[in-house]
Amino acid sequence: MKTLADLKKIREKAQEDLKLRGGNVRIKIVVGMGTSGIAMGAREVMKTFLEEIAARNLSDVLVTQTGEKGLSSMEPVVDLIEEGKPKVTYGNMNPDKVKKVVVEHIVNGRVVSDYVVATGD
Amino acid sequence: MSLKHIDLLICCGSGCISAGALKIKERFHEVLKEHSATNEVNIIETGCMGPCDYGPVMVVYPEGIFYKKVTPDDVEEIVTEHFIKGRPVTRLMLQEDDKTFSAQKDVPFYQKQIKVALENCGYINPESLEEYIATGGYEALGKVLIEMKPQDVINEIKASGLRGRGGGGFPTHIKWQMVHDKKDDEKYVICNGDEGDPGAFMDRSILEGDPHRILEGMMIAAYAMGASMGFFYIRAEYPLAIKRIKTAISQAKELGLMGDNIFDTDFCFDAEVRTGAGAFVCGEETALIHSIEGERGNPTPKPPYPAVKGLWGKPTVVNNVETFGNIPTIFLKGAKWFASMGTEKSPGTKVFALTGDIRNTGLVEVPMGTTLRELIFDVGGGMIGDHKFKAVQLGGPSGGCLTVEHLDTGVDYESLKERGSMMGSGGVIVMNEEKCMVNVARFFMEFCVEESCGKCSPCRIGLKQMLTVLDRITNGHGREGDIEELQRLGESISKLSLCGLGQTAPNPVLSTIRYFRDEYEAHIRDRSCATKVCNDLMHYDIDKDRCIGCSLCARNCPVDCISGSREEKYTIHQVDCIKCGNCFDVCPVKAIDKLPGMHPDVVAHRSELSKAVNQYEDL
Ligand SMILES: Cc1cc2nc3c(=O)[nH]c(=O)nc-3n(C[C@H](O)[C@H](O)[C@H](O)COP(=O)(O)O)c2cc1C
Ligand code: SF4
Ligand code: SF4
Ligand code: FES
Repeated sequence: MKTLADLKKIREKAQEDLKLRGGNVRIKIVVGMGTSGIAMGAREVMKTFLEEIAARNLSDVLVTQTGEKGLSSMEPVVDLIEEGKPKVTYGNMNPDKVKKVVVEHIVNGRVVSDYVVATGD
Repeated sequence: MSLKHIDLLICCGSGCISAGALKIKERFHEVLKEHSATNEVNIIETGCMGPCDYGPVMVVYPEGIFYKKVTPDDVEEIVTEHFIKGRPVTRLMLQEDDKTFSAQKDVPFYQKQIKVALENCGYINPESLEEYIATGGYEALGKVLIEMKPQDVINEIKASGLRGRGGGGFPTHIKWQMVHDKKDDEKYVICNGDEGDPGAFMDRSILEGDPHRILEGMMIAAYAMGASMGFFYIRAEYPLAIKRIKTAISQAKELGLMGDNIFDTDFCFDAEVRTGAGAFVCGEETALIHSIEGERGNPTPKPPYPAVKGLWGKPTVVNNVETFGNIPTIFLKGAKWFASMGTEKSPGTKVFALTGDIRNTGLVEVPMGTTLRELIFDVGGGMIGDHKFKAVQLGGPSGGCLTVEHLDTGVDYESLKERGSMMGSGGVIVMNEEKCMVNVARFFMEFCVEESCGKCSPCRIGLKQMLTVLDRITNGHGREGDIEELQRLGESISKLSLCGLGQTAPNPVLSTIRYFRDEYEAHIRDRSCATKVCNDLMHYDIDKDRCIGCSLCARNCPVDCISGSREEKYTIHQVDCIKCGNCFDVCPVKAIDKLPGMHPDVVAHRSELSKAVNQYEDL
């Protein structure tokens, strides 16, 4: 470690590990974990998100969960929240759909309208 | 990257550890394993999060949910409900006045706080250099070494207006300049982590919670002054602080942030930890220096100041832990930013350890100039129960007490001093109406008598004399003129003592006389302690109308001084009573009263005794 650039490199890597505590987050994924959501495979959905994001090294994407969800007929439900854009809610999710959302929406910035069940607040 | 989607920060500051934080941490490991969720959660031990009274506390990210008073039995629910199903456990959140505060940032305790020295405390893992770096750590050092000349560094500190947080409030830049200007082959920088005041735990918490920050601050100081060696003086009672600093030093060395040619410049630096045996006087800088030299920890007269002739006769700067804790941020955010907080003469923030009869005891950091009312009632949450605020002692045994009329005083060096108190290192003891101020003064005096190193006579003999007078006032032998005697002694001890211990030790007595003179007078003239704290100046009495003659009190009296019968009811023989309070506690019908004042029988008995002594002396 000899220069400020070296330090910066260490810092950037370390900041990834601190991401959950409020780092630079571009997109927040909120997986609905209501009882019916879990029954319909919400944990699998969340795990797939985590795996896909880790595999692609998307350090500015945060996956979190919530216990309160109202759309029980379309569980598992997932919200994608992006700074300055309306919230997008996907319904009836499964691992395959998750992979598509990651590639299309998160990486390429194109909403996968087929799965969308609501937008905005 | 990992699959972990939760950071669980468990406070492992001393308060939470004594409330069982480590057991809870173990339990989390077990329960996560049982649910095969170990790979979903990072468990991170942090330093003190502040609200120690709520301990054990923890924060769960990304939501920032704050849980308090968690027990091992709650862990299962947190894991299954919150971690697995995403439903935070409401019953473990702070609930006040029908409101639930789920996120840490909303908890009222944090509202008026601004954290500079405590920025990372309770937020990062203190044993991880990477986490410190992630928060901007060592960037200030790099910037200073690469881009600034030592004199620029001192100028920046001057512009920030930073004053020493160890008690005196001495401008930091002046000390640094003095050492900078001395030409010498060796110079030293010392971090004062002695923290001897009863009730103080600020420095300990910072050392435990964010050790790299202190190390970085020390290195910037060393560069500014041209020192290449530093010492951390930490009392042996703080083993975790010692361990954390040692870990920080070796991590910094491993990464090349310490050692030779740091950031590829000419600056070389090494640091060592020295442990102190826990004497209050060893926090005084000259005593501390002698203690590091291996001599007895006795103060020596100043001048020469350590800046001129310090450790092994070399120019030395001694700074407090919190002082160093402010330095990296001053260079990251700029002197202007720092000076914009606080008051004109006391810029920045101050860390306080809130203790005593308030609801939120703990570790806080507020801008200088915050009023005592905000500190005690907003941050501290006000008094416990229905009790009333009576006084607050700032600055520990060297400080003074302030009262209700001072609640709107802002805390800064000058305002407190004008009113007979002082900033001190940041211990704040809040007292309710049940506290006897004479007794409080006596407590601090006893502490100083024990801690006096005995080198100079005003302190060694004078303080002992003050204690004798206070003893006699509190045990009912006070005399007319005792108050004046205390003032006379106090003022001369302040003037004549060699070091700060003796110079400030009379403060608690002088300030309580200033603001609670009537209590001293009642103790002396009426032989009465209104708060019933001083045993000799209160008594227990059985109300015959309420007494049912059950004899329970008599059977529980350790000195057999209660007699009577079912018909006659029971009576205390006041002269023999040792005020143990057993009778008061056991009486099933609460027929026993605790009353202020010496019982007339005892007054009469004492005057008989003293007559006998006088007659004997007359012979
Ligand atoms: C009896 C006595 C005890 C002291 N204890 C401490 C202490 O525990 N920690 C501390 O930083 N300063 C303590 N001081 C003040 C130090 O002498 C010194 O002024 C201080 O460490 C300077 O650092 P600062 O300029 O950063 O405040 C004490 C002073 C006296 C007289
Ligand atoms: S004032 Fe007290 S503690 Fe200080 S040198 Fe004198 S005797 Fe020692
Ligand atoms: S206070 Fe103790 S010693 Fe006094 S009368 Fe009651 S039980 Fe006996
Ligand atoms: S030790 Fe946990 S909050 Fe202070």
